[in-house]
Amino acid sequence: MSAPASGRPRPEPVQVIKQRRDGALAALVGNVPYIGFMGIQFDRRGDELTAILPFSEMLIGNPILPAIHGGATAAFLEVAAIIELSWAILWPEIEAGRMDATGLPPLPRTVDFTVDYLRSGLPRDAYARARINRSGRRYASVHVEAWQDNRARLYAQGTGHFIMPDLPGVRDPENG
Amino acid sequence: MPDNQTPTPAQRFLAALPHTRALNMALVRMQDGMAEIEMPYDARLIGDPATGVIHGGAVSALMDTCSGAAVMCHPDGTGSTATIDLRIDYMRAATPGQTIRARATCYHVTRHVAFVRAEAMDDDTARPVAAATGAFTFEWRAKA
Repeated sequence: MSAPASGRPRPEPVQVIKQRRDGALAALVGNVPYIGFMGIQFDRRGDELTAILPFSEMLIGNPILPAIHGGATAAFLEVAAIIELSWAILWPEIEAGRMDATGLPPLPRTVDFTVDYLRSGLPRDAYARARINRSGRRYASVHVEAWQDNRARLYAQGTGHFIMPDLPGVRDPENG
Repeated sequence: MPDNQTPTPAQRFLAALPHTRALNMALVRMQDGMAEIEMPYDARLIGDPATGVIHGGAVSALMDTCSGAAVMCHPDGTGSTATIDLRIDYMRAATPGQTIRARATCYHVTRHVAFVRAEAMDDDTARPVAAATGAFTFEWRAKA
């Protein structure tokens, strides 16, 4: 079956799409000095993000065990939540090819953040994935899970509420 | 009780933590279940480059450290603890350029748990930047 002459355009080459998505993610993450200070990185599979906290001595909070500082873990989860939320806001812009070098939208602001410490943070890399449970025009609620060696054995989890940035022209995904 | 010149084991322990050192935290006071810790403004900790405001994560680390320190210096405890959970409310952005100062009180202990409240302030002490409540593990010191 051949597409009609006026039919849908050919899909973009995969490398063009990857470059655009990876470029947007790198711009978003690279824009925040604190993420660089902590050494946090992001891995992307389609629109799914995984935050990575490579172990470094600077993260130690208990030198006797040794264990990662609870504050570093809290910060890791909060960074994962904020980037996930910003990424979800940006995604339609990236896909529509509207996001360019003219600048990133303002970041969501944290209202509150709660961390449960389930296991002591071992001196190894940590990973986190955030899930947006609710995102409206004004408020968002995000849950984050973090693990080290085993995905099913979380070492920390967190929930946070955020105020969405004012984005002229960006439609509320749920409330029109 | 040691005098003011001699750091307690808890104070030495705090100074030996790599992450609190990386954030340049300084212990102001740590006694009888109350702790006060300062964190100077640092451009490396900026969370929003548009405003220069410190990232919430760094404030969380300060609150967690200060809350833990309050538990460690509780007169009935052994001086060791771990965070069970910590909730932080961000009331306003800390003013760029100003030191953030956290104060924590361990206001109740049970057989195994210490409960802590904390506040963070910048130079405008009338309007806190953040508040925190947390539960920490607690071990009783053996009675003499």
